[in-house]
Parts: sequence; C-alpha cells; structure tokens
Amino acid sequence: MNTLLILIPIALMLGCGWLIAFLWSLKSKQYEDLDGAAWRILDDDDDKPAGR
Amino acid sequence: MYCCPLPDAEASARTPWLKGDEAAPWVTDAGPGLKQIEFIVPQANCAACISSIEGRLGRIAGVTKARVNLTARRVAVVWREGSQEPQAFLDCLASLGYAARPFDPRETGFSHDDAEGRRLLRALAVAGFAAANVMLFSVSIWSGTDPQTRDLFHWISALIALPAVVYAGGPFFTSAANALRHGRVNMDVPISLGVILASAMSLFETMHGREHAFFDAAVTLLFFLLIGRYLDHMMRARARSAVSQLMTLMASGATIVEPDGSRRFVANRGLEPGMLMAVAAGDRFAADGCIETGSSDVDRSIVTGESAPEPVNRGDEVQAGTLNLTGPLLVRITKAGGDTFLSELIRLMAAAEQGQSHYVRLADRLARYYSPVVHILAALTLIGWLALGHGWHDALMAAIAVLIITCPCALGLAIPAVQVVASGALFRRGVLLKNGAALEKIAEIDTVVFDKTGTLTLGSPVMVGPPAVSSDNLALAAGLARESRHPLSRALVAAAAERGIAPSVPVSVTEHPGFGLAATWRGQRVRLGSRAWCGVAEPADDRGLLEIVLRIGDGTPVVFTFEDSMRPAARPTIASLRRQGLAVEVLSGDRAAAVGRAASELGIATVYSRMSPQAKLAHVEELAAAGKRALVVGDGVNDAPALAAGFVSMAPATASDVGRTAADVVFMGQSLAPVSWLRSVGVAAQAIARQNILLALGYNLLAVPIAMLGLVTPLIAALAMSSSSIIVVANALRLGWRMNAMPDADGKADHRETAAGAAGAVQRAA
Repeated sequence: MNTLLILIPIALMLGCGWLIAFLWSLKSKQYEDLDGAAWRILDDDDDKPAGR
Repeated sequence: MYCCPLPDAEASARTPWLKGDEAAPWVTDAGPGLKQIEFIVPQANCAACISSIEGRLGRIAGVTKARVNLTARRVAVVWREGSQEPQAFLDCLASLGYAARPFDPRETGFSHDDAEGRRLLRALAVAGFAAANVMLFSVSIWSGTDPQTRDLFHWISALIALPAVVYAGGPFFTSAANALRHGRVNMDVPISLGVILASAMSLFETMHGREHAFFDAAVTLLFFLLIGRYLDHMMRARARSAVSQLMTLMASGATIVEPDGSRRFVANRGLEPGMLMAVAAGDRFAADGCIETGSSDVDRSIVTGESAPEPVNRGDEVQAGTLNLTGPLLVRITKAGGDTFLSELIRLMAAAEQGQSHYVRLADRLARYYSPVVHILAALTLIGWLALGHGWHDALMAAIAVLIITCPCALGLAIPAVQVVASGALFRRGVLLKNGAALEKIAEIDTVVFDKTGTLTLGSPVMVGPPAVSSDNLALAAGLARESRHPLSRALVAAAAERGIAPSVPVSVTEHPGFGLAATWRGQRVRLGSRAWCGVAEPADDRGLLEIVLRIGDGTPVVFTFEDSMRPAARPTIASLRRQGLAVEVLSGDRAAAVGRAASELGIATVYSRMSPQAKLAHVEELAAAGKRALVVGDGVNDAPALAAGFVSMAPATASDVGRTAADVVFMGQSLAPVSWLRSVGVAAQAIARQNILLALGYNLLAVPIAMLGLVTPLIAALAMSSSSIIVVANALRLGWRMNAMPDADGKADHRETAAGAAGAVQRAA
C-alpha cells in the first residue's frame, strides 16, 4: 500500500507531463509538416523550428 | 533520390503576374509591418528541395522567413511590407526550376484557422491521457485486488475520468443538445447518453463500494469516437464558393461617351442599354454590347473556354467580363447591370452551388437508422429486466451496458479511416481530394463529361503543318510573330526555336488588332495573320485546325496550322473509362469541327460543340434529372457552373481559379490518367468502407445480446470496443497497400517525379 502511495502520484504526474507536452507541441505547430521534419533531419545547416 | 527539377525557362513563362493589387487576394498580415504569402510548389519533395528553396528565398532582401511545408507542398514567405513584390518570390522559384502558383486557402476549403479541428484534437489528447491512466487502474482491478484497494482505485479513476469526460465529451454533448433542441435525434444523443449514464452509474457504484465501475469504458469510448470524429472533420467539405471569385471579373464601371463627345466614368449600376462605352485595350467589358467602332482581339475564355483570343470588328457582340486585349473599342451597350452575361453566370453559379448540398453521405444515412435502434434496444432491456422482476438497479445497469456496447466507435471510424488513407495516397500521386464525399460519389458515377480545351487538351497550340516549310519562311514568320503575344504567334516562335531556326529581323513591324501583323522585309511588304488579312480565300472544308497565314508581297501564301495537343494518356484514359462501362461525352465551347476532330481522335461519339456556360449547366442538369450521375471534368470559368452542378467534379491544376474552386477534386501534372485511376480508387475505397460497416455492425450483432442479458463486465466492454475499432482501422490500411500496388496508367513508377524531375535525374546520373 505504501509503495502505491508513491507510485500512483508518479504515474499520474508522468501522464500529465505527457499531456502537457503534447498540447504544447500541438500549439507550436509541430504536426503541420511531418514529411518535411523527416527530411530536415538530414540537413547539415542550422535549422530552426517553424514556431510562430 | 534525385528529384529536384532543373532550372526551367518555361516555368517562368507560365507563372502568373503577381504585383500590387493583383497579388492582394493572396497576401495576409503576419505581424506588424510584415506580410505573408503562400505558394503551392508541387515539385518540392525532398531535403534538397527544402534547403534550396528556403536558402534562395531567404536571401532575397526584405524576406524574414521562408518555410517549406513538404506535406502540403507549400512555401510560406514572410517579408517586410513594401520591400518586395510577391512576383520576386515567384521568379526566384521559377529560376530554381519550380513551377509555383499562389495559394488561396479558400480554393482548397482548408482554412488556416481551423478552430474546430484544434478543439477536437485537444479533446482527443485529454481523452487519450485519461483512457491510458484509468486503464492502468482498471487492469489492476481486473487482475484481482482486495476491496479496499479496489475502492481506492475506483476513486482515483473517478478523479481522472470525470473532468476528462466533461472536457472531451463537450463536442458530443453540444451536438446532441442542439439536435434535441430542434426535435431531432442524431448519433450524438445515444453517445452522450451512454457516456453520461456510464459515468454517473460508476460514481454511484464507487460511492457504495461495489465491484463494477465503467470509468475506463466512458473515456475509452470518447477516445475512439474522437479519433473517428477528427478524421471525419478532416475529410468534410468546407463551405467554399466560387461566386466571389467570379465577382472579381466584374469591371467596376465604364467610360461613357456622351452624344456631345464628352467622356465620363459611370459606375456599374449607372450603366444602361443604349449608352456608348469606350473600352481601352487591357480592360474588361462592364456590360454586354455591340461594337460600333474599332477592331481588336477579345479574350472570350469565360464564354467559350478557348484561350486563343478572337478577332472582333464593327458589329460583333461582346460580353461583360470578357477582356479587350489589343485595340480600343467603342461599344453600344445592349444589356447592363443584372442582365449581363457575367451577372447571369454568377446567378447560375450560386444556384448550382446551392443544389449541391442534397447528397447524404453513407455515414449520415447509417446514422439515421442507428440511433433510434440503439434507444429502442436500451429501453427494451430496461423494461425486460423490470418485467422479469429484477430491481431498478440491475435493470439500469443492463440498459447502460447496452448503450456502452452499442456506442458507434468502430462505425464512426469505418468510413473516415478509409477516406483519410485514400486521400493521403492520392495526394502523394498529385491528386487533391477536397472532400471525402467526392470519393464516395466517384464510385457511383455512370457518365463522364469532359470539356475539351485545357481539359482533354493541354490548352496550348502546337504547330502541326504545313508538312514541309522552307526555313526562310519559318524564320520570317517567327521574326514577325515575336512581336505579338497572341498564343498562335508564340507557338510559331516556339516551333522555329525547336527546329533551331533563328528568326529573321523584318523592319517596322506593326500589329493590327484583330487582323494580324505587317512588316517590311527586303523591300517587300509581308503579312502574317488571318486568311482575310493576307487576302487568301477561306478553304472549302474547315478541318478544325487553327491557322496563321504568311504572305510575302503577293506571292504564294504559306498556311501554318496548329493543333492543341492532347494531354498525355488521354486516349488510354478514355478507353479505360469506357471499359468500366461509363458513358463519355464532350461538352465544348469550341467550333464543331475542332471538337469533332479531338473527339474522334479519342473515340468519343457523344459530342456537343459551341456550348455556352448556360448550355453546359443545362446539359449537366438534364443528365441529373434523367437519373444519371455525372463526373464533370473541366477547367475554365465557362465550365464552373457545370462543375458545381455535377454529381462530382474534377479540374486540372492548370484550371482557372474559379474552376479549381468549383471542383471537388484537383489533379496535378499534364496527364489525364488521374481521372481513370481516381475512379478505381473510389470503387476500391467504397468496397472497403462497406466491409468496415459490415464488420462494425457485425460486432454489435454479437455484443448486444450479451449486454442485454446483463453479462457485460467492464473487462468485456473494453475488449469488445478496442478490438472492433482496431480491426476497422487495420482494414482501412489495406487500401493504402492496394493503391501502392495499383499500376499507374502512364506507366511511371512515381507520380511525384515530374517530367522535369525525371530529366534532372537522368542528367545527374550521367
């Protein structure tokens, strides 16, 4: 029972972290160009994310 | 993979003129002092494309950002206001070898600001989060726990699930409430009822420390339903209208010549029949009328669909919205205001767009029957259990289980999943599907109606005769033709260049609007233009070819003939459509001889020529009234009402803005092959969509009796729901594999490789 009291909050916090990260990535338009992202990784030049 | 096109001189010749007011419709604000424009660049498809486009555009003075979106094949450019004209970006792209055109969000129906889509996606994320976490606790409970831990886990599940249901269920609740307020029942009513009752009952059970809580079912349901809803949202047709684009063809007014010779500008609504208007070269006619003085060439493409200007003289009729190209004219107005050709076209367009909304999609047809059945089943379960002498609690549990089990997760995914897979695969082959319903409709067509110029043909004439021409004559003709922007003149210059003949240089070339060109060469007067201009008799038989005549002094005339070449793969495409049992027709605004020639070359028997836009629309409506389902393929402004009225419609990417907006499907590239394989894809997609519906309904047929008997535990509900949704999605993915295996009609391995790209690959490999 004691382990649960630690593990459950940890699990929930990890889940929340994932949710916040997803909502942030959605808001910063990271899903606008999935094909492009796959190619950009091959580009040696300095490349900045699309952002706003 | 080498795919970037080589610098291409032709690309720059094809790009439209984009400066000042002409560019305004495409330019948007991007912050203080910044402007943004987007271009469609169909050839962009690799890392090298990204870096070369972004690198070059980024170096133009004043540009603050250039970003390629490879998924959408678009480039967004942000620049400081006033520092550049958008034409500079087009020229830059052309010099890199990319044919580009400005992107108008209205045209595809996808808006930049898709608030509803983002709301759905956020709800989906919250539902996914809640489903995953609640499921963790549920799995623990199902594995066996002591009652104390179970109650604790139920409470934690409630803590996560209840807020998630309130937030993620919002789209369903509002839609259900709307439907009920209007006295209707839609699919969202049983969904909302199921989710709310399941949550409420689970809370009640938790408070009383009982064994079964359905929190995981409630949020997992929402998760799957939201996936289906989001995919469906992406495939839905947005409100789009070509009417506003037609309006831009309307002149704001005309210069009126008073009987006393004075001139004044009169706005459109002040124009009346009988007035005399002066129309300069380069202006659009503000009203219909009859030419009193002057001669010119008129671009009547919005009437006939022909790109070649028509010569006009005294006594000829002109229509509002057509463009006066070469000479000033005085025109006596015959129709003005709401009676003009253009006003009528706009009215027809609006009416045709109105009529489009009658098609009920397969998913919506199903929903009509589904929700009443679900309600009746749940009610029957409740009544049955009560009648058999069980208590309210058990009866309600069973009824709620029926609502949970019948929740149309798999059904909601069945069709959108297929359409998303199909449209993705089509897009990679250069076909842009503007709404999912078009895919459904294309499987049901029985007639295909083609426009000729620009649709069956490429819309640009190529020299085909005379069979033998002396290089001196061709050089001289090209020398004269260089001075004119008439499409036939340009084709003549291109033909000379192709044969490696340098144009000779005649002196004092003058263009006589509506007739042709004249010049002096080696002391002799030479003429290039129509038969009448060169004093040559008309031939006895019109073979439907376009002609230019060259005559040196009074010598023997040389008649150059031109033909609009067929799109690549036009013949096999028509043949394949006929093999599929479809009736094929040609509706053209061109002369009978020219249309007949093209049709017989392609083996099409049903031909209508000299069709006005009204006649085209009337013909398409007649077909519909006779119970036919016609695919209309066209490109011009004159085809737009017919495109809007067609059961489903298609336009090439080279079509007019109005044509592209009016069509359901736009295809890139020169080949006509997409018309026949879009049909094959539509048929395959429809077959898989039907299988999916059967799978989804079959699952219900199995699960509902179990639920009615009260045997459904949270574990069974979770297994049944997830497995049916996954099976349906997996089945939809099959379509993608089938499409990849489908041979391309023109035998090319990869449609993304344009002709220029392929040429580049060959050169670089060598």
